[in-house]
Amino acid sequence: MERHFDEELKELHKEILRMGVLAQEVIYKSIEALKNRDKAAAEEVINSDDKIDALELEIDERCIDLIARHQPMAGDLRFITTGMKINSELERIADLAVDICQRVMQIADKPLLKPLVDIPKLSTVAQNMVRDVIDAFVRKDVGLARKVLSSDSEADTLRNRVQEELVNDYMAKDAKTAPRAVALLLIARHLERICDHATNIAEDVIYMVEGKVVKHHAAEL
Amino acid sequence: MAKITTKNLNLWYGGFHALKGINSGFEVNKITAIIGPSGCGKSTLLRVFNRMNDLIESVRTEGEVLIDGANILNGNADLVTLRKKVGMVFQRPNPFPLSIYENIIFGEKIHARNPGRDRLDEIVEESLRSVFLWEELKDKLYRPALTLSLEQRQRLCIARLIAVKPEVLLMDEPCSALDPQATARIEELMRELKNNYTIIIVTHNMQQAARVSDDSGFMLLGELIEFGKTEDIFTRPKDKRTEDYITGRFG
Repeated sequence: MERHFDEELKELHKEILRMGVLAQEVIYKSIEALKNRDKAAAEEVINSDDKIDALELEIDERCIDLIARHQPMAGDLRFITTGMKINSELERIADLAVDICQRVMQIADKPLLKPLVDIPKLSTVAQNMVRDVIDAFVRKDVGLARKVLSSDSEADTLRNRVQEELVNDYMAKDAKTAPRAVALLLIARHLERICDHATNIAEDVIYMVEGKVVKHHAAEL
Repeated sequence: MAKITTKNLNLWYGGFHALKGINSGFEVNKITAIIGPSGCGKSTLLRVFNRMNDLIESVRTEGEVLIDGANILNGNADLVTLRKKVGMVFQRPNPFPLSIYENIIFGEKIHARNPGRDRLDEIVEESLRSVFLWEELKDKLYRPALTLSLEQRQRLCIARLIAVKPEVLLMDEPCSALDPQATARIEELMRELKNNYTIIIVTHNMQQAARVSDDSGFMLLGELIEFGKTEDIFTRPKDKRTEDYITGRFG
């Protein structure tokens, strides 16, 4: 039996998807801005954050309204509550893209410390994880969500490698490289945090579909 | 620990198979809610526990219903003792057209006990206190019970049960005649009472089942489809039929 409530849930689903698309877009743009050291592109990402913040509030409000009016149960309840969490994770992802762009603004006019190798790899991992986890949410695909969870260690490895290289090969040898090295370190850190948020969303998707709590139990998966 | 256990319980009204192979356990000091659409057998199941169905002609029951390990479906079960042990609260509060005091000591009279006026006074006070009516009614004990509000009447009916020291309270839609505030107060009372009793409630109100119960069972067409912790039933039911019913997709 199709319920009026189903229409409202579909609307919520569309809104979260829209939030996911916007988050993917700003990650892509922030990485392009970094690759091209493009201050204008970085600034565009920074300025677009208000739109994402507004959508986050709109989705939150919609979820609270649905809970208050329909007192959802079971799968409906899991969808709405995880929708709220996913919404907040996506907003944090967009914030991290803004953080990356702020670092780009700091280093764009200076010569590149070194050719970027692992940071582009890390950015590809981050983009893939966010893309896959949004797909997993849309298609209620628990297998894909689990794949995202397993990708997180790759992001950690790359982040550690960037950190070791920048600290040992540059900062330890020449203190003058520190401002540029720290900016790159932070960018790697922001990218790795994006992967962590994608992981959180993957855990939420598993709970939404299966009702199974996997948060903090990734090793048992 | 299960106070009541049903084993392959079947019940027929004439040719109509109303309960089909029910296996369940109702625990002490817990509230268990039975939910399901109209006609699914939930009130029939409740009435099995104090053999109220015996009052209906052409009822036939098979299987076992163990209360404290004894099968109450045995022909030699003492129904007076059973109904004292397993009391029932109905949809519409049904106090007798007597005074508040007389309503509460009615059970004592029925069971032909005459403990003396002082003890009867104590029973009235204890029973009214346990349903939080004492302060309101202590100066009005000889007023007709029918002058009370619906909520007070329902509390009085619960007090009347408690006066005969039951162990199990069966509640069949106990709040359906009450407004939301009165309902909330009866639910609070149920939470207090569960410390001393095994409570089984039949309700159409899913939110009420979710709010008040520890365990829940979903029935459909005479079958107990799913039984488990309320938090699991209402957030991650295992059976699609349960999910469809509690999310309003049923039909």
